[in-house]
Amino acid sequence: MLGFIYPNELEINWGLFIVLYPYLTGLVAGAFIVSSLYHVFGINKLKPVSRLALISALALLLVAPMALISHLGQPLRALNLMWTPNLTSAMAGFGYIYSFYLIIVLLEIWFMYRKDLVLFSQTKPGILGKLYSILTLGAKDISEKALHMDHKICTMLAIIGIPSAAFLHGYVGFIFGAIKANPWWSTPLMPVIFLLSAIVSGIALLIVVYWATCRIRRIKIDHDCLQTMNKYLVIFLASAFILEVLEVIHMGYESEENWPAIKGLITQVIPASYFGVQIGFMVLSFFLLLMARSKKVSQLTSRTMSVTSGLMILASVLAMRFNVVVGGQLVSKSLAGYSKFHVPLFEEGIIPTIGFLILPFIILAVLAQLLPPWMEGEKDYQTTNETERVTDDDTVDEWSPAVSSTIDA
Amino acid sequence: MKNELTRRQFLGTACKALTAGILIPAAGLSIFSQTSTAGTVTQQASWEKVWKGKEWGFVVNTEKCIGCGRCVLACKKENHVPEDHEVYRTWVERYVENGKGEVNIDSPNGGLDFPPLGETDAKQFFVPKLCNQCHNPPCVQVCPVGATYKTGDGVVLVDQKRCVGCRYCIQACPYGARFLHPKTKVADKCTWCYHRIQKGMRPACVTVCPVGARKFGNLKDQESEVTKIIEHERVLTLKREQGTKPMVFYIGLDEVVV
Repeated sequence: MLGFIYPNELEINWGLFIVLYPYLTGLVAGAFIVSSLYHVFGINKLKPVSRLALISALALLLVAPMALISHLGQPLRALNLMWTPNLTSAMAGFGYIYSFYLIIVLLEIWFMYRKDLVLFSQTKPGILGKLYSILTLGAKDISEKALHMDHKICTMLAIIGIPSAAFLHGYVGFIFGAIKANPWWSTPLMPVIFLLSAIVSGIALLIVVYWATCRIRRIKIDHDCLQTMNKYLVIFLASAFILEVLEVIHMGYESEENWPAIKGLITQVIPASYFGVQIGFMVLSFFLLLMARSKKVSQLTSRTMSVTSGLMILASVLAMRFNVVVGGQLVSKSLAGYSKFHVPLFEEGIIPTIGFLILPFIILAVLAQLLPPWMEGEKDYQTTNETERVTDDDTVDEWSPAVSSTIDA
Repeated sequence: MKNELTRRQFLGTACKALTAGILIPAAGLSIFSQTSTAGTVTQQASWEKVWKGKEWGFVVNTEKCIGCGRCVLACKKENHVPEDHEVYRTWVERYVENGKGEVNIDSPNGGLDFPPLGETDAKQFFVPKLCNQCHNPPCVQVCPVGATYKTGDGVVLVDQKRCVGCRYCIQACPYGARFLHPKTKVADKCTWCYHRIQKGMRPACVTVCPVGARKFGNLKDQESEVTKIIEHERVLTLKREQGTKPMVFYIGLDEVVV
C-alpha cells in the first residue's frame, strides 16, 4: 500500500485468473485469424499451419472459461449469466458470444476433418475406430460432391468466424474500457488495443507451436510459412504498439486529474512489467522480426530470431494483460495511492495459473493425436544436420493434406 | 384410391392439427403464467405501497464528525460484516493538511482505530463514507445477472441468492463502497440498513452517532430534517463528474476530499 486507498480496496478483486482470460481468448482470436488468412484470404503460404491454428484455437478456447468460472465467488451460478442476463451489463453477453464462437470453431473443425474422420473410422482398429465413427455423426459420404460442399461450408464458417473472433475479444476489451470508475481502463481504444494485441499474441503462439511441433516430429520447417507469419506479425505488432503508446501519450499530454495517478502507476508501481516486458519486449521483437526478414541472414538465424520474438511477444502480451487487469486495480479510486497485489501460491495464485497455461497444450497434444493437423509432403529431416540441410535445400514440396489431396479446407 | 386423402381433406386435417398444436400449449402456458404472475402482482403491489411517497436521502455533516468510529462498529455488528476482515459498509476518513500544501489521508481499520492527533494548527477533519445509493448507479448497470437493483424508494440492494460473485460491480463503483463478503462470497454493500428503515427505524450508523453528523430521512417529506438541510444549507456530493448522482449529501466538504 502506497499513500491512501479506500479501505475496501485492500483486496485486489480481479486476480491472475482474470489476467488469464483475456490472454487465452486473445490467443484464440489470433490463432483463428491466422487460419482464416489461409481459408478466406487465400494466403496459401500459411497452409502448413492452417489446421494447427484451428485446433490450437479450440484447445485454448476450452480452457479460457475454466479460469473465469474458477474466479467466481459462486461458480455454480455461472449459468445465471445465460438464464437471467441483465441487458444493460457489458458482461451479460459473455455466455452467448462465447458459445456462439465455440460452435463456429467446432463446426469448422468438423467440416475440415470430416473426410479424415470417415477414413479413420474405416482404417483404425477397435475402440478408436468406433470413436471416429461416432465423431463422423453418421455423415459418411465422401464423394467429390460432398467434399466440395464441406469445403464451401468451411470457407463460409471461416468468414463468419473472423468477425466472431474479433467480437469475442474486442468485447473483452469493452468490459474493461467501459468502466468509468477506473481511469487506467476507461478508454474507447481498449477494445481495439485488446484485439490487436490478441492477433499479435496468436500469431506469435503459432510461430512457436509450429516450430516446436516440427522439432518434435523432426520435420523440416517451412521457411516460407514462417516468414509469412513473421510478416503479418510485424504489421499487427506495429499497430498494437502505436495504439498502446498513443493512449498513454494522450493521457499524459492532456494531464487531467487522473494523470498523476497513472504516471505513478507506470513509473513507480509496475515499471518493470510495463516498460520492461510489455513495451520493451514489443520493441525488441519488432526489430528482431525485421532482421529475420532480411535476406542477409541465414535461414537458421532467421528462424531463431522469429521464434525468439514469438516467445518474447507471448511474454509481452501476458504482461500487457497483467498491467491492464491488475495494474488498473492497483490505482486507488481515490487517486491518492496504490494497493498492493499479493500473489498466493494456491487458490487464485501462481500454481493454478501455471496449470491453466499448460492445460491448453496438453489438450492440443491430445487433439493433434486424434485429429492430425500435419500435412503430407513434409520432409523427414534430422535435426542434427539442420544447418547443412537447410542451406542446400531451398525447394519446398507441394503441400497436401495428410489424408487426401482433395480437401483444401 | 379410397384410402388416400384428398388434397382438401389433408389440408383440413393439417389445419386442425396445427391449430390444436398451437392452442393447447398456449392455453397451458396462459394458465401457468396467470398463476405465476398472480403471485408477483400482489407482491409488486405491496412493495409499491411501501415505496409510495418515499425517497430516502442521507446527509453527512463533516464539520460535526469527531472520528470516534462508533458508526463503523455499529454497522459491522448490525449487518454481520466480519469484524476481523478489512471490509466495510461504512468507514471514516481523516484528512490532515500540514500547511505546506500536503494532505495526509488515512482510515486505519476503516476509522475504528484512529491514533490520537498531535497538537497542531493544521487543518484537519473527518469524512464518513458509505454507499451513495446513486440515482444513476453504475453497479446496477454492470451486474451481468441483475442481482443488484434499485428499489422504488431509492436504495441499491444485492440479491444474495442471485449474485454470482463476478465482482464487476465492485470495479464499477467509483466510491469503493462495495466488497466481496468474505463469508458469503457475494457482493456486499451498505443498504442504509434497509431492514431497519422498513420498520421506521434509522440506519444503525445514524442512531449511534454521538454528535449527529449523520442524518437520514425521506426527501419527499418536506418536513424531514434531511430535506430541510438540503434546502437551506450548501451541500455537495462526491465525484459529481462521474454522473452517478449520489444521494448522500455532504456539509463542509473540502476540495481535498477524494
